[in-house]
Amino acid sequence: MVAASSRKRKGKIRWSKLYSFAACFRPLTSKERLAARELIGQPGFSRVVFCNEPHLHKRKPYKYPYNYISTTKYNVLTFLPRALFEQFRRVANFYFLLAAIFSLFSLAPFSRASLIAPLVFVVGISMLKEAVEDWHRFLQDLDVNNRTVKTHISNGVFVDKLWKELRVGDVVKVNKGEYFPSDLLLLSSGNEDGVCYVETMNLDGETNLKIKRCLEASLCLNEDEEFSKFKATVHCEDPNPNLYTFVGNIEFEKESYPLSPSQLLLRDSKLRNTDYIYGVVIFSGHDTKAVQNSTRSPSKRSRIERKMDHIIYILFSMLVLVSLVSSFGSLLYLRQDMVDWWYLQLPDDNKFIRALILYGYLIPISLYVSIEVVKVLQTMLINKDIELYDDVTCKSVQARTSNLNEELGQVEMILSDKTGTLTCNQMEFRKCSIAGVSYGGDITEVDLAASMRMNADFEPFEFSIDETDGATRSFEPFEFSVSSFSAQNGNARLTKTEGPVIKGFNFRDDRLMNENWIHGSNLFDITMFFRVMALCHTGIPLEDDNHKTDKLSYEAESPEEVSFLIASQEEYKLLNLLEFSSSRKRMSVIVSNEDGQIFLLCKGADSPLKPPYHLCHVFPLVLILSIIFDRLADNGRAYEQATTMHLSSYAEDGLRTLAFAYRTIEAAEYESWNTIFTQAKATIGPEREELLEQASEMIEKDLILLGVVAVEDKLQKGVPECIDKLAQAGLKIWLLTGDKRETAINIGFACSLLRQDMKQFHLSLSRDAESNNQVKDMKEDILQQIESSYKMVCEERNKEAPFGLVIDGKALEIALRGDVKDEFLQLAVNCASVICCRVSPKQKALITRLVKQYTGKTTLAIGDGANDVGMIQEADIGVGISGMEGMQAVMASDFSLPQFRFLERLLIVHGHWCYQRISKMVLYFVYKNVAFGLTLFYYELYTSFSGEVLYDDWYMTMFNVMLTSLPVIALGVLEQDVSSDICLQ
Amino acid sequence: MGVIFIPVGLVTLRASHCVVEIVDRYDIDCVPEPSRMDKVSYIQDDSIPKNCSRFMKVHKYMKAPIYIYYQLDNYYQNHRRYVKSRSDKQLLDGQKYHDTSSCQPVESNNNRPIVPCGLIAWSLFNDTFEFIREGAELKVNRKNIAWKSDRGHKFGKNVYPFNFQNGTLIGGGKLNPEIPEDLIVWMRTSALPSFRKLYGRIEEDLDVDDVVVVNLMNNYNTYSFGGKKKLVLSTSSWLGGKNDFLGHACVFVGCSSLTLAIIFMLLHVKYRRLDRSVELVGLGIGWGASLERF
Repeated sequence: MVAASSRKRKGKIRWSKLYSFAACFRPLTSKERLAARELIGQPGFSRVVFCNEPHLHKRKPYKYPYNYISTTKYNVLTFLPRALFEQFRRVANFYFLLAAIFSLFSLAPFSRASLIAPLVFVVGISMLKEAVEDWHRFLQDLDVNNRTVKTHISNGVFVDKLWKELRVGDVVKVNKGEYFPSDLLLLSSGNEDGVCYVETMNLDGETNLKIKRCLEASLCLNEDEEFSKFKATVHCEDPNPNLYTFVGNIEFEKESYPLSPSQLLLRDSKLRNTDYIYGVVIFSGHDTKAVQNSTRSPSKRSRIERKMDHIIYILFSMLVLVSLVSSFGSLLYLRQDMVDWWYLQLPDDNKFIRALILYGYLIPISLYVSIEVVKVLQTMLINKDIELYDDVTCKSVQARTSNLNEELGQVEMILSDKTGTLTCNQMEFRKCSIAGVSYGGDITEVDLAASMRMNADFEPFEFSIDETDGATRSFEPFEFSVSSFSAQNGNARLTKTEGPVIKGFNFRDDRLMNENWIHGSNLFDITMFFRVMALCHTGIPLEDDNHKTDKLSYEAESPEEVSFLIASQEEYKLLNLLEFSSSRKRMSVIVSNEDGQIFLLCKGADSPLKPPYHLCHVFPLVLILSIIFDRLADNGRAYEQATTMHLSSYAEDGLRTLAFAYRTIEAAEYESWNTIFTQAKATIGPEREELLEQASEMIEKDLILLGVVAVEDKLQKGVPECIDKLAQAGLKIWLLTGDKRETAINIGFACSLLRQDMKQFHLSLSRDAESNNQVKDMKEDILQQIESSYKMVCEERNKEAPFGLVIDGKALEIALRGDVKDEFLQLAVNCASVICCRVSPKQKALITRLVKQYTGKTTLAIGDGANDVGMIQEADIGVGISGMEGMQAVMASDFSLPQFRFLERLLIVHGHWCYQRISKMVLYFVYKNVAFGLTLFYYELYTSFSGEVLYDDWYMTMFNVMLTSLPVIALGVLEQDVSSDICLQ
Repeated sequence: MGVIFIPVGLVTLRASHCVVEIVDRYDIDCVPEPSRMDKVSYIQDDSIPKNCSRFMKVHKYMKAPIYIYYQLDNYYQNHRRYVKSRSDKQLLDGQKYHDTSSCQPVESNNNRPIVPCGLIAWSLFNDTFEFIREGAELKVNRKNIAWKSDRGHKFGKNVYPFNFQNGTLIGGGKLNPEIPEDLIVWMRTSALPSFRKLYGRIEEDLDVDDVVVVNLMNNYNTYSFGGKKKLVLSTSSWLGGKNDFLGHACVFVGCSSLTLAIIFMLLHVKYRRLDRSVELVGLGIGWGASLERF
């Protein structure tokens, strides 16, 4: 066991070495880098940081803020004026303020107290609510600001320092599992090679770890003592919200080194798999990219509330009208009759203002308060709804702001995050096809969704089972057991599937579960298949310190790989690793086994390609996006046809597919290739990528196809049904994800966002435009694509087929610019579902805002990670999933749900009810006040418009606030025009 | 609703019909023929005696107590300026309470406060009535004509008129050393420009065809603003005086709700087969839409 663990540790270091050349996950092109270097010192790139000399940053011009952040709306001084201003922005409140002021000048028909008291009451309650909400924000900030971090003071001594006291230039030491207190420049890490792993879930929602790598020059700074004399100067860009760029250079020991984003550790991300790192604070507090990225939480007002202002304007004009009539009437009386009314003795004074105040009862002062009370009660009802209770997490729906209940019923656009929102963020190994035979056939949720989609219950699915079974019998009469297989392979450890259910492994097939598989005819292929599965990955085996068992937990760059890891494990000597990149869409490892045999194991994201729509009927064949299939040797195509079929059927079920292949390499061939590859790897500069790609190309050929695996990105419970219902209810759903396009599309299919009968448009930058990096070219490129797609939409609108739009982050960035924006939105709005992949948090927020502005419809954004905060705040309604990822999304949201599927009931039932209730209540309220106010007016007809009041002052004051409030509130809280079942139909 | 309202209305109407009421407008007839061209100067001329006799014939048996009201029409006792011109504190505490600013414009005279101050008291109704039947005077009980609460709590026992009706402008009646109940009645201002105020009670029955002679002093000036003065003799039922309005209103409401009920029932029978949910959702949209219209 000891030996095993030490081997593992060695393994870990080795893995990180392998990684070192892939450190920049999106390296800048050479041109960009050169341009960036020239920019330093220019406006926008003027920041200078004296590392380890924070005292220099206390005076101008290098004075930067402390690392203190504040998200509160008010402070002690500004609370009163600002909150009052907010209150009196409401028309009704302003009117009553005026009335109260007039009452001081004895013009008013009522006593002063009876005018001022309700106003104070109403405004007071609202302000109290604001104050409490802000107080909670303050406490939250306090908590964050008072976290501590080890900071260097002098002579290599590190002491705990509060986050808020951190200054630019401070050297800090962050330990494993801690959050970075601000944006840090990575100096060195606990790993020898200066690599560290960072989880950026809070920033972009991706759960995979990112690799950051320090400069060679600062590698030696890996002990506390080293920092006693450390001095360096950093010149870099000014604070900006762009998460993926960083330009700067560091002057260290009289030499200047360029810096890139891979040296920048961002606030709100977390150190993982690395014992500790040393870093220098570059941006602090509000300058950090994370804070710059966060949008200020706007105070949201529901549409009804805005409408209410209109109602009040109308009432107000009615009031003015009635008052005018009154004062004219009074004037007439005064002129003609009243002269003779000896018992009055003298003429009268200003009638108009008095009348304005008198008929003030047309304006419901307590409407706002009552609505607020009603909303709070409605919120309680929503929170207590047992149907919205999740047994698993023991959480229920939380309406965090009560302002937007009725808005739920008005939602027309849903913008959803993917990871953690629609999916559980768990990958499951579901099916595989080895040597032309398909294994694994449980009914997946995705299958269910797929069959539901086809409106034919389970028939198509059963059909597919039959088909595979039939095929199996003819090809493969033997049964396998995964566990015995692993035993055969000696050092491979495979967790027994008979044991407790393993997360990420949802694979049941008796043919691979029994003992006799060894007698299979294509034993070699199967062994090879599992070998590829086991070796061709970037997973990092990690000892699970917490559980002290010999189970391993896995951390990997992409969650789907974790599931492969769990499915099979083996150790070989790794010779080379050919990185996965989005352009290559495949990765390979070159390994040698104990016999010295060298294999190239290759894994590629082969997936069925949707043929152009109009060709669909002509060629019923499935085209394969050939990554591996193109590179097969002639003798490697034995299973091509069967595998292709399986591949397409898996993909149709919404599973993510990967194809496996291998080849044996002669030692001599390997040697010669390896020199080329090593050379390419050693190259620094712009050609490196290209050289590496060429080298890979050379060796990845003449492959022998083994099979494909299908991994399910596990959907949350009830997601497809929920989306289906919502789509039926006429809501448009957009998927905004930071994930890869393939992943996004797969999930789109899995959760019935995309359907086979949908016509898809893909918007992405063409390679030429991208490489030129010319905004104008890119713009034209995108514009052209949009126009051609839109033309198609217009032409085919009458046909039944709905449209789906898929767009990636870079294209989106161009598409959302000023002049292209409108065309893009026009196209997008006409599509039934839109999928945006590779989008940054800021883009999510931007899309949300644009959609909201462009369509003018109520938008709802739902997400679970901190990367969704922007869009949650931007949307009319923000919903946070209180799942596993942090609480940021929930804190920023208006509603929090434990599961996506509750959205259906929340929107359709509660949204409907709340809207009904509030509208009825507002109408009732207006009716009641108009009815009451008009009696006053009618009475004026009998008092020669003198402004005498029919009722007692206090009775009138109480009328709204107390006497008639209960029935209205009861209506607002409890009314159900239709039962929930009918709503859901 | 209809079932409740119609009977109630009918009962109310019946009660109202039981009340016997004699109304006599006297403001014009009590001005002598020659002065009718200029009634205002007649009424303002103190030298002319204002005696006047009226004959009221009882057309139906009237059971005691018979209430005597005077009715004023087109008299805006509810005018804001008029209503406000009083001092409740002074009426309770008398001269001890000095702040009479609320009584404008009749708050003081010769720099001394007026008790009771204000327009209302100043314009006190001052016609008087005497009733004679068959040569014998009918006894008129003028006690307990004001609200008990007013007598007990609003008007102080030890409040005496002071400096009252001493100004250049003389309004209505003058006051004896004591505050009469008339003033208390008068100061409970009426809500409508046409109102009756209780003068007293006759505590004898009046038979059919009795003729009551009323000797009245026609002092009060309603001529300048075209007001009317009427004398009313009325019995009362359990519901109070003669008032058909309540009964009519009840019957009307009852009838309309019955009618509507029948119409809706017919509609329901006719459209019963409609899908309930559709109907309801339709209604719901209606509500939303009605709000949208704002």
